[in-house]
Amino acid sequence: MVHSGINVLFEGSNFARLMAGLWTSIWIAAISLIIGLAIGIIFGILRTLSNKFIRFILRVYLEFFRIVPTIVLLYLVYYILPRTFHVNWPATWMAVLAFSLWVAAEFSDIVRGAIESVPKSQRESGLALGLSKIQLFRYVLLPQVIKLELPATINLATRVIKTTSLLLVISIMEVINVAQQIIEANNQQYPTGVFWVYGLIFILYFVLDYPLSAWAKKLTNERK
Amino acid sequence: MTEEILKVEHLNKFYDERQVLHNINFSLKKGEVLTLLGPSGSGKSTLLRTLNGLEDYKNGSIYFHEKKIDPSPKEWQILRQKIGMVFQSYDLFPNLTVIENVLLAPVKVQKRDENEVKEEAIKLLKQVGLEQYLNAYPRELSGGQKQRVAIVRALAMKPEIMLLDEITASLDPEMVRGIEEIVELLSKRDHMTMIIVTHQMNFASRIADEVLFLEDGHILEDTPGKEFFNHPQTQRAKDFLDSMDY
Amino acid sequence: MNWSIMQQALPVFVHAFGLTIWLSLIGIIGSIIVGIIASLTQYFKVPVLSQVMTAYVELARNTPLLIQLFFLYYAFPVIGIKMSAEVCGIIGLIFLGGAYMAEGFTGGFNGISTSQINSGKALGMSRFQLARYVVFPQGFALSMPALTANIIFLIKETSIFSVIAIPELTNTALDLTGMYYRSNEYLLMLVIAYAIILIPVILLLTWLERRVRYGAFGN
Repeated sequence: MVHSGINVLFEGSNFARLMAGLWTSIWIAAISLIIGLAIGIIFGILRTLSNKFIRFILRVYLEFFRIVPTIVLLYLVYYILPRTFHVNWPATWMAVLAFSLWVAAEFSDIVRGAIESVPKSQRESGLALGLSKIQLFRYVLLPQVIKLELPATINLATRVIKTTSLLLVISIMEVINVAQQIIEANNQQYPTGVFWVYGLIFILYFVLDYPLSAWAKKLTNERK
Repeated sequence: MTEEILKVEHLNKFYDERQVLHNINFSLKKGEVLTLLGPSGSGKSTLLRTLNGLEDYKNGSIYFHEKKIDPSPKEWQILRQKIGMVFQSYDLFPNLTVIENVLLAPVKVQKRDENEVKEEAIKLLKQVGLEQYLNAYPRELSGGQKQRVAIVRALAMKPEIMLLDEITASLDPEMVRGIEEIVELLSKRDHMTMIIVTHQMNFASRIADEVLFLEDGHILEDTPGKEFFNHPQTQRAKDFLDSMDY
Repeated sequence: MNWSIMQQALPVFVHAFGLTIWLSLIGIIGSIIVGIIASLTQYFKVPVLSQVMTAYVELARNTPLLIQLFFLYYAFPVIGIKMSAEVCGIIGLIFLGGAYMAEGFTGGFNGISTSQINSGKALGMSRFQLARYVVFPQGFALSMPALTANIIFLIKETSIFSVIAIPELTNTALDLTGMYYRSNEYLLMLVIAYAIILIPVILLLTWLERRVRYGAFGN
């Protein structure tokens, strides 16, 4: 019977273990987002300045992340850091590193796009009021940019959360990795457990992501 | 007696709680030009859009050829083929050429013969001086030219009434005159029945057979054109005409 | 870097390269078809079907491909549905991609200005005619940037097929790494392979996007 497999979720500490795994995914996503967004803002602003060299370097940086799939990024840090640079970090740190650099790249493009889409007349009328460049950025550009970029930023966050599902490939004990262990350990007793365990994780990700993406959609629709 | 082509009775319209049209009553005879005047926000454009089924209304009735309109999307879709409308922002379809813009509705909506419509369309475009732009895209035209195409596009449907919603408001001053002449010709030569919303008082005084003066969604005056401009009955209309400085 | 190692691995990589392109292509075409169907049912508010499609789009968009694949590959056999890894991969990719494409098309349809809709209505167009002559031609042009982003995204998502052992590029590089305990060479080849696929795709789509945009809107 398929539904008897549902009991695997409540066997022993299975449910708690899955939740602990999910928590690992969440905090890696959260820290990566914080670091990535901070770096991304700086890169994004730099990309609107006139220095051609900086702009070129940052463009190459962005394009690298546009081309390389995230799972490959994880492998790159996981293999190259210890073997070539003899950096032996825990896998979770490496994941945070890879995710942060990826988020920074994506966010720099969002920030750049938002800054450039503030009408030129806004800038000019700010300058005409005698605002300094910093004041112009602080009082005129930044509030408008935040409003413009918010939906894209939320969508980026939903993608980071979904991408934490890849962390099992570098042996991080996140929710899917825990799930695999549970499924293996209970395969004899509950052959249909796999259906329920992966079903639960499917729902968990949906519960995490759906409110965020619905919020982003609402913001986008309000703008029209 | 000339035929009554459009009649509005006790029309009220709300945006949520706010009432924007109050008990509107008027009628329009064949060949007549009715001009809606009034300050910004007085409800002129809303009224015009209501007459094209682009706005719904809470109660009241609209009659077309003495037949009460059932305000359903289906009925409006058929009626709009007889009530043409031109907008301030032209709104040509950017992905179609001039001639495609004009042919689209007569051929696809009215299912008329393409060659026949095309012949008429070219004639109309010639009349407004656009015969060399048949295959141009809207992006290649000036505002005045776009508005001419929009007028032709509406005329190609052979409507019985034309609704013109501030059609010169987005144009450069030097373009305005040409569009006004086309509209005047439509009235004088073709006896086209029209309802016009405009802020050009000179134009209105030349073309209006009848003026509806609106304020805050109320009709304050319903007067023959000449009389309105020479002897407005209400103080509000007097003030309005003075402020327009035409 | 050991060049001879890379040379030896080249034929295996070429094979994986072909598989990645092939899987991407099927996935993209399938996703576009599903996306069009889903966005049209939503646009026309087809009873029941449009609600089903909305639920599908939200479910697929808000869950990771990896778990979708695990479900198809490991959980489905439990209820008697057994499919090869490749079939699971393609179904998963189309399930995910169809939802992204549907969102993109819907966004395009909704992006058309109300004044364009009104001018179509004023010409007496029916709901269907309005869709056929005004909303769809302009809506598809408006959704081109989303289409481009989705195509690039889907090509990259094929890398996740590696977790169910489909021998595409990422899986191949990983296998080689495990077998010969050399990572730099294979990972470099992997990155280059993705660059060879994606750079032309990005350039082509950017060009196409501009062409379509100009064709439809003139800027």
